[in-house]
Amino acid sequence: MHGLINRSIQSFLTDTYGPVLWRRVATAARLGFDDFEAMLDYDDALTDAVIDAAASQLRRPRDALLEDLGTYLVSHPNREALRRLLRFGGVSFVDFLHSLDDLPGRGRLAVPDLDLPQLQLSARSDRQFTLACRGPRPGYGHVMVGVLRAMADDYGALALLDHTGTQDGVETITIDLLEPSFAAGRPFALATRGG
Amino acid sequence: MLATDLPPDLPSLDIACLARLMPMFLWVLPSGLIRAVGPTLRKLLPDDPVGMPFFDLFTIRRPAAAPGMAELQRLSGARLHLLLRPPPGTGFRGITVPLAAGQGALVNLSFGIEVADAVRAHHLTDSDFAPTDLTVEMLYLAEAKSAVMQELHELNRRLQQAKAAAEEQALTDTLTGLANRRAMDQAVDRLIADATPFGLMHVDLDFFKQVNDTFGHAAGDAVLQIVARVLRDETRVGDLVARVGGDEFVLILPGIAQTDPLGPVAQRIIARLSEPIDYRGQSCRVSASIGMTVSTLYPRPRPGRLLSDADRALYFSKSQGRARATAYTPDPEEEGEPPQAEADRRMAPAATVTLDTSAPDPGLNVAPRRLTNGAAP
Repeated sequence: MHGLINRSIQSFLTDTYGPVLWRRVATAARLGFDDFEAMLDYDDALTDAVIDAAASQLRRPRDALLEDLGTYLVSHPNREALRRLLRFGGVSFVDFLHSLDDLPGRGRLAVPDLDLPQLQLSARSDRQFTLACRGPRPGYGHVMVGVLRAMADDYGALALLDHTGTQDGVETITIDLLEPSFAAGRPFALATRGG
Repeated sequence: MLATDLPPDLPSLDIACLARLMPMFLWVLPSGLIRAVGPTLRKLLPDDPVGMPFFDLFTIRRPAAAPGMAELQRLSGARLHLLLRPPPGTGFRGITVPLAAGQGALVNLSFGIEVADAVRAHHLTDSDFAPTDLTVEMLYLAEAKSAVMQELHELNRRLQQAKAAAEEQALTDTLTGLANRRAMDQAVDRLIADATPFGLMHVDLDFFKQVNDTFGHAAGDAVLQIVARVLRDETRVGDLVARVGGDEFVLILPGIAQTDPLGPVAQRIIARLSEPIDYRGQSCRVSASIGMTVSTLYPRPRPGRLLSDADRALYFSKSQGRARATAYTPDPEEEGEPPQAEADRRMAPAATVTLDTSAPDPGLNVAPRRLTNGAAP
């Protein structure tokens, strides 16, 4: 698993629950080191071990923890760079949803060896969508639910999201857009100082 | 299909449609006045440019061109580099094409490589660019690249720290591959903790400074590497050979409870190190002086005490003319630290072995048994 993903999980656990929890997780997962490096590669089994250890330490269901991770990735101040990169996807939340098909490609533009889930959006109506998510590991769908929930907030849209299960390795998420411009949303400028 | 069924050659295009296709276009009349401007370009200009002379607002930097419509017509189809005259002097790429007779020219602009600065300076958004324009993707890439670079910088910083920490904890001398002083200290501590007897030899090269001064440091380094090989050759697998200073080495020999077996080892080392060492056709000559002790001489061996006693024996070898080995022998009545002069006296050599070598001083003093006075045989 790419270090960026592992490092994000570590940052999520550290920023949300503190460094003591992260050390307990690292020990329980038998990492053998203190920190993931964002620019190195790791065995996939380590990622699963960390998520399992965190779920067990926090006594939270694995799916809920993954969803929190997704929300964190977009909404935490330490992750501003990622939020900005996602906002390049479109000027409105619906625009952004349609840009999800390009997400793995966009990810690879930035980091060529980053293996992101294949996403396919289909519209059931102009406000109802289904997102099929085929990740390199199961569980990406729950992370995506968290990401989408936070991105809806970011755009100021009101949406209902639901992970409706996994079939043949494809996780399905339903998105019901209740109000495209419910709130002001967070500002986004194409270019920032030093950006 | 008949030729007469074809639409006319010149498609007539609504200005609003043109604006959608090219939000940074300019229509310049034959008089040089601006007739229309695209909405994004309009945002970059302080005042409404319609009716203003094109060359009042823009300079063509490349290719070299004088202001005037004739020049604009001449540069038709060429890749233009333009500058906006009003601040902040934004740079553009552009192309101009002639319109139908009497209609002037169409100029289309895009941002140059400083696109991020322009977008920031003029507060542009996604909708200011044509959907076919890759400017936004370029901004995305620039930003993604910065984020990745940031991560790499941090990784490098952490690796740098880890490297410094690893060097701090290293146990190997990088030049010779021998153990370093830290490794030697750890080995001695372990042997003392396990109550394993051991011999300790302090080896100091003779005439090493002359090799460095005469042949240079590269020769000195080569000599040290050969010395390291000799020391490893002449010791057992379980012995520890450490380089503890520039030309100083310490050998730890576990299981040696008496100084006697150290004598022949020292003798072989001195004999081999006294042989000339070839460095790029030059003959470098060194030899070695050695001081020795064994842990069993001490009721409670302390590393510092063993090393300083071996050092004193080494000093004695040096003072006796170098290329010798001396074993430290304590005064049986003495409990504490003996005064320097007495210690030196007690370490007088017991036997001299003359070696048939070309060493500067081919003498070898080995003290295989306890001495209580300074008399040489």
